[in-house]
Amino acid sequence: MSEATPSSHQARRVRTAWLFLSPMLIGLAVVAVWPLARTVYYAFTDASLTAPGDYAFIGAENFAVQDGGYWYGLLADPLWWTSVWNTLVFAAGSVAIEVVLGVILALVMNAAFPGRALFRAAVLIPWAIPTVVSAKMWAWMLHDQFGVVNHTLMTLGLIAEPVAWLANPDLTLLSVILVDAWKTTPFVALLVLASLQMLPKDCYEAARVDGVHPIKVFFGVTLPLIRPALTVAVIFRLLDALRVFDVVYIMTGNAESTMTMSVYARQQLVDFQDVGYGSAASTLLFMVIAFLTALYLTAVKADVVREGR
Amino acid sequence: MARTTISGTLAAFALSAGTLIGAQGALAQSSLSISCGAVGVELELCKAGVEEWSQKTGVEVEIVSTPNSSTERLALYQQILAAQGDDIDILQVDVVWPGILGPHLVDLRAYDEQAGAGHFEALIANNTVDGKLLALPWWTDAGVLYYRSDLLEKHGFEPPETWSQLTEAARTIMAEERAAGDDDLWGFVWQGKAYEGLTCDALEWVDSFGGGGIVGADGAVTINNPQAIAAIEMAASWVGDITPEGVLNYDEEAARGVFQSGNAVFMRNWPYAWALAQGDDSPIKGKVGVVALPRGGENGSHTGTLGGWNLAVSKYSKNPEQAVDLALFLTSKAQQKQRAISSSYNPTYPDLYSDADVLAANPFFGTLEETFTNAVARPSAIVGDKYNRVSSQFWSAVHGVLGGQEEAGPALAGLENSLNRLSRRGRW
Repeated sequence: MSEATPSSHQARRVRTAWLFLSPMLIGLAVVAVWPLARTVYYAFTDASLTAPGDYAFIGAENFAVQDGGYWYGLLADPLWWTSVWNTLVFAAGSVAIEVVLGVILALVMNAAFPGRALFRAAVLIPWAIPTVVSAKMWAWMLHDQFGVVNHTLMTLGLIAEPVAWLANPDLTLLSVILVDAWKTTPFVALLVLASLQMLPKDCYEAARVDGVHPIKVFFGVTLPLIRPALTVAVIFRLLDALRVFDVVYIMTGNAESTMTMSVYARQQLVDFQDVGYGSAASTLLFMVIAFLTALYLTAVKADVVREGR
Repeated sequence: MARTTISGTLAAFALSAGTLIGAQGALAQSSLSISCGAVGVELELCKAGVEEWSQKTGVEVEIVSTPNSSTERLALYQQILAAQGDDIDILQVDVVWPGILGPHLVDLRAYDEQAGAGHFEALIANNTVDGKLLALPWWTDAGVLYYRSDLLEKHGFEPPETWSQLTEAARTIMAEERAAGDDDLWGFVWQGKAYEGLTCDALEWVDSFGGGGIVGADGAVTINNPQAIAAIEMAASWVGDITPEGVLNYDEEAARGVFQSGNAVFMRNWPYAWALAQGDDSPIKGKVGVVALPRGGENGSHTGTLGGWNLAVSKYSKNPEQAVDLALFLTSKAQQKQRAISSSYNPTYPDLYSDADVLAANPFFGTLEETFTNAVARPSAIVGDKYNRVSSQFWSAVHGVLGGQEEAGPALAGLENSLNRLSRRGRW
């Protein structure tokens, strides 16, 4: 403690750090790294769920292979690209709506008004309901013949005849996006609210003294200050949205107009029992998410650096 | 220390529970589990039958409920069976599944040489894979057409002989009833969701036009032909006209929901819907008729996709003897007769079709003879374990046409192409 050389002191600290980290690392290796490695491994085999132990290596054939003038495999499957596109539209749409509505909700919850505690609790309800339950509920509410949504809209005279929200291929993806936004906006709102409550009061007092318009205050003061929280919220939501499965599968099943990458992978793995091909799809799904997250983080970082100058 | 005590208590508890059951039942057995569907009154019927057997044998049976969608139910079974799980001893399996689940099922004749005697030969042949009888027929099914007899009579229509007659009748009745204020009435509801049910419906349209199955008996892909295109085009023309657009997300129960609440003139469904539509709480009780599905034009034929459910015993069951015994009991002639009378489930014993009690309860059984003799089978026997893919590609292609994203011609040409690829690379 007194005169130990800096290097040995440093080495001991590093050792201790590893010691403390090891349970976490072992845990991660068991629950994350190992399954991921197995999935990547299976992606290069022809394994089937009917006989999971009996498989052979087929190289990259699950991804792309040419045979008799035709290309086969994941990269040649138009349905895979449809599902990639659907996933991207879903992620972009739902996250954009959630961030905008989430910030507005957080601002409302942050203001002092009677019944605020009750309001805050009520806002969290969608987030608290399990997705399976809320998605099924929405599927019934959006039912074209006896759904309450059509009934209400028709009573109000907004639509002339029932709309098939979950059957019209032009509307299904939109419906699913809106239901997801309904469910996860509270999550974004909560993260933003937490950061709003930690903002320094002096900026606002200065703005008030100078008589700055509230909207200008929001864009000039609040938004830059809550940016770190928003970045985190968007990453969480983006990761979540890119691997979306439950809300889509429950509301529209395997329909192609809403099929996401996860639904595609599940269909291959479970319905078709094709562990090899399904693992290949899961591996690509993982890579797409990793790539997009990296892209987003780089963009945010570049933005922060530019702002900093 | 505390842990030992707890596990000791648990062991003692389990022991005493074991002796209790052992004392109760003739055979010192723990319990069985059976999966039953829950479409319509399936679950209640299953409970009643199982209860009867339990009383007789003293063996406790747990009923596992499974998803209504057959596609999802198969997925659940496959997951459990691939893990060699013994969660379910007796599985309720669809008529197209024996080929898919075969490796996980026991040969029933190894337990009872007489198993399968007396049933329709075709069903036993369907359930026999590599000389092993893998499932016992429980009830058989074929798609039929339900109609509102009161509305047809009121507007002067006969039950339709051809699809175009149906279209015309539906359109006229809908227009006149709507003009009279019934804004919620539609002409024709069916199963249009992207799942196995759509494969059944679409196969009926195609077959009624003489467009064949999806795959020929020799394995050649036959779906891309003018009759099939005409059939799918006809169905696509219904959507938004006599059929609500929402049908693209309807399964059997959703279609029945619309028809039974009085909001549709015609419905394509399985025979199970008869007893429910005629139930005491049904708003359309006494106003329903059933006929064979219409022909596709003058040269077409009445048809219906062969469906039906069977009971199979898992290879991973801990009590296969008792499981087989329960399966035999539930599929016995006496049980099937009860089910036919109480809930119009079609028996799998030919002699029950001339049974006076059965016919009294289900007058339409006799008139559907043509449907049952002409029923079209899904190509599961030909394409084997590729069936799920074939069916999925078929329903996806049809769903795309129904939703208006694609024309029938290019869609079926694309389907032919991809099925050819699937079969050339695989070994159908």
